[in-house]
Amino acid sequence: MTQGVDMSGVFMEMVKASATVDIVQKKLVYLYMCTYAPLKPDLALLAINTLCKDCSDPNPMVRRLALRSMCSLSPNFVAKIALLFSFLDRMSKLDQWGQAEVLNFLLRYQPRSEEELFDILNLLDSFLKSSSPSVVMGAAKLFLILAKKFPHVQTDVLMQVKGPLLAACSSESRELCFAALCHVRQILHSLPGHFSSHYKKFFCSYSEPHYIKLQKVEVLCELVNDENVQQVLEELRGYCTDVSADFAQAAIFAIGGIARTYTDQCVQILTELLELRQEHITTVVVQTFRDLVWLCPQCTEAVCQALPGCEENIQDSEGKQALIWLLGVHGERIPNAPYVLEDFVENVKSETFPAVKMELLTALLRLFLSRPAECQDTLGRLLHYCIEEEKDMAVRDRGLFYYRLLLAGIDEVKRILCSPKSDPSLGLLEDQAERPVNSWALDFNTLVPVYGKARWATISKCQGAERGGLELPNTASLAASGPLIPEEDKERVQELSDSGALMLVPNLQLTAEYFEKTWLSLQVAHQQVVPWQGAVHPDTLQMALQVVNIQTIAVSRAGAQPWKAYLSAQDDTGCLFLTELLLEPENLEMQISVKQSEARTETLSSFISVLETVIGTIGDIKP
Amino acid sequence: MISQFFILSSKGDPLIYKDFRGDSGGRDVAELFYRKLTGLPGEESPVVMHHDDRHFVHIRHSGLYLVATTSENISPFSLLELLSRLATLLGDYCGSLGEGTISRNVALVYELLDEVLDYGYVQTTSTEMLRNFIQTEAVVSKPFSLFDLSSVGLFGAETQQSKVAPSSAASRPVLSSRSDQSQKNEVFLDVVERLSVLVASNGSLLKVDVQGEIRLKSFLPSGSEMRIGLTEEFCVGKSELRGYGPGIRVDEVSFHSSVQLDEFESHRILRLQPPQGELTVMRYQLSDDLPSPLPFRLFTSVQWDRGSGRLQVYLKLRCDLPPKRLAFRHCSNANPHKWVRHLSHSDAYVIRI
Repeated sequence: MTQGVDMSGVFMEMVKASATVDIVQKKLVYLYMCTYAPLKPDLALLAINTLCKDCSDPNPMVRRLALRSMCSLSPNFVAKIALLFSFLDRMSKLDQWGQAEVLNFLLRYQPRSEEELFDILNLLDSFLKSSSPSVVMGAAKLFLILAKKFPHVQTDVLMQVKGPLLAACSSESRELCFAALCHVRQILHSLPGHFSSHYKKFFCSYSEPHYIKLQKVEVLCELVNDENVQQVLEELRGYCTDVSADFAQAAIFAIGGIARTYTDQCVQILTELLELRQEHITTVVVQTFRDLVWLCPQCTEAVCQALPGCEENIQDSEGKQALIWLLGVHGERIPNAPYVLEDFVENVKSETFPAVKMELLTALLRLFLSRPAECQDTLGRLLHYCIEEEKDMAVRDRGLFYYRLLLAGIDEVKRILCSPKSDPSLGLLEDQAERPVNSWALDFNTLVPVYGKARWATISKCQGAERGGLELPNTASLAASGPLIPEEDKERVQELSDSGALMLVPNLQLTAEYFEKTWLSLQVAHQQVVPWQGAVHPDTLQMALQVVNIQTIAVSRAGAQPWKAYLSAQDDTGCLFLTELLLEPENLEMQISVKQSEARTETLSSFISVLETVIGTIGDIKP
Repeated sequence: MISQFFILSSKGDPLIYKDFRGDSGGRDVAELFYRKLTGLPGEESPVVMHHDDRHFVHIRHSGLYLVATTSENISPFSLLELLSRLATLLGDYCGSLGEGTISRNVALVYELLDEVLDYGYVQTTSTEMLRNFIQTEAVVSKPFSLFDLSSVGLFGAETQQSKVAPSSAASRPVLSSRSDQSQKNEVFLDVVERLSVLVASNGSLLKVDVQGEIRLKSFLPSGSEMRIGLTEEFCVGKSELRGYGPGIRVDEVSFHSSVQLDEFESHRILRLQPPQGELTVMRYQLSDDLPSPLPFRLFTSVQWDRGSGRLQVYLKLRCDLPPKRLAFRHCSNANPHKWVRHLSHSDAYVIRI
């Protein structure tokens, strides 16, 4: 094998050799099979069969090895083999971990035809009823991804998975409950009515941890419809007086959310809450009112009637800002508005929050426009204070600005303060737009819904680019913005991806001098690190690389620090791939740097994946 | 696949630490996890936390924290299922899961972890498969005896001793294949129901939710066939009717994958060949329309004393179970104070807030 002779002729012998108990030997044989099978489709059946058989081997180590070897095959190759179906047949003999792993692997698969797609879905159907949640969710995700062009199939799958998800939401395990709730919310983004009839399952129990109650309240908010709104609001109303201030506030905000659609009932409830005269309740209700009058102007009258008296029960910055804003914008409907603002101005010296003072300036100026006689004096005193005595620069600047604006005349003030606002109904529509399933299908059954999109975004930034992530086209955006690729180019793209199989020429005899010269003249095209344990055995490495037609130019002896190796390979178009492997002392990772003599991303990524396969296999071989 | 697995006590002391991939991190990671957990703001969920390129996923079980770390974005359900299964497995092999049993059986735990996970990938969690590889014997705190009566006779209640097994009876370890097989062939079957009930001030039921499980703990040699018969009047779904009268009804039911249901339709018999250890045979749910009344009733009255400005709320919880049934522990949490009462076979008691 080390002579560089084309070994595919002895494929049959290799298959027989795979019936060995020596794990190391088995690994090499699998490596051989996985490399040559794509090049010899007629022998590929044999390879798949062998691997399939070993997937049911009584020895778990053999099973795992076979499964991982299967997973390392390129998806293009798998697509050419119809034996995939017999593989799926054997899945039922795997335990839940094996099944979940296979379901994950199949995510990479692209069905070649609608018929094939539905054949696969039929075979996988039973996994949706598994007693293992990870298998059910894995199967559901696979369905959603495979059926990305068939929204009605996706909806059907989500129907089937409703039962297991609801059961998980009621689970004794609060961790499972939480993960399920996050996924329920994910689904509700596309199918808001999906869980509406099961709203009772999302009522909070007293002893539940806070983070679960918060999720349930969000869900209740999102599944509200004409049939259940009465009961849901009643339940949320109960939470608004919960002993936990945080939870009560969350419930109030939720009612505010529902108020966008069911305005009258919600405003009624919120108004009643104000009568309790509880600080932590009043502040959030007023903030909710502020948001609501912006989106639903029809409730302004009711809100204005509810406001008088609130000022006595608000101490925090956010609450004050909200109240002051309301008094400024809608003060003409609130009889005592100028006097409430006057009270704030009286106490402005002891006001600690600059944001409140900013809001106060704007509100008073606005109210002055509609009720000049009542506000003039107060406004004057406020401006005087802000300009002469205020320490915060932003507040002072605003005071100065308003003063100069007033000097410029009332019309100028009106022009600035009462300029057209953006259409609030737009905000409403955007929030409520249902997102297509394909926009989140990839995140389903991953950690993303559990963290939430916002938190996940900050995490991904920290982590940097992910290696080897699944890259599936975002069909949602394609659908929305029209075809990005014109029809005639699509076929070419298809062709290129079909020809993904890299052909490395055997028997490459590059001299060390030529290698060095070429290496120094090229830039690094690709660099990555892989985790590594222990030393590298040069003989094993050389042999494994030879199998895939990669020549070893130079290699450090085992245990050298740092350890290096230089490899070369050439494809059938003459494009050279030069590679450096580096293992620093104490580092638990191997650095791979690849240089390419011609810039071709397709073939580069194929080469990388071959290299990764070999190195991954070597890494697992423990003598 | 996971990078590390560790078990912490309820106070955060590391009991077990295992690194599968040598990804770096080290034992400090356990301490880091506990600090992060205890410092988390209330509205953030501790179920999955992130630090330094690493995701921490944990479950709480019997007061312990079972934690796995991973750097990949993998299925939370797989992770949670793995942790849950590990908890059951450790419980099976050590007798029960707790700080004491883990501390006494550290070698066994590491051996189990070695066999269950290889380089962070799950090999198997089957008790049967593992029995062939596990050498270490479990250490129990004292030898088990059915005649150990010290834990029976709770709260001064009378018990018919020969009919009642102490709760410690089921907590003996599953035996490895090497040890003496002459121990008693026993099976413990528990029906565990969790009721969540919301009662209005006038006593009417606003919301009722029942989550039930039939749990099996088997010490029989594996491969023994077992048939569990449910009452023939057991109905699934609202439209099914069996026998006369309301019968026993559940809304939904699901079974463990190893249960054979060929006799279920006709005779309500479940057939299975359970491995040694714990198994949830069946799960069921029921809500709102209960076919039979609840085992307890709540009576309330509210008295407003204008003189002292105090509100007195009386909650009377009356247990309607027949006196022969024992309740071992009863906790009622009344907002905002917590009161714990033990209920023997009495009928009523009063909570005053």
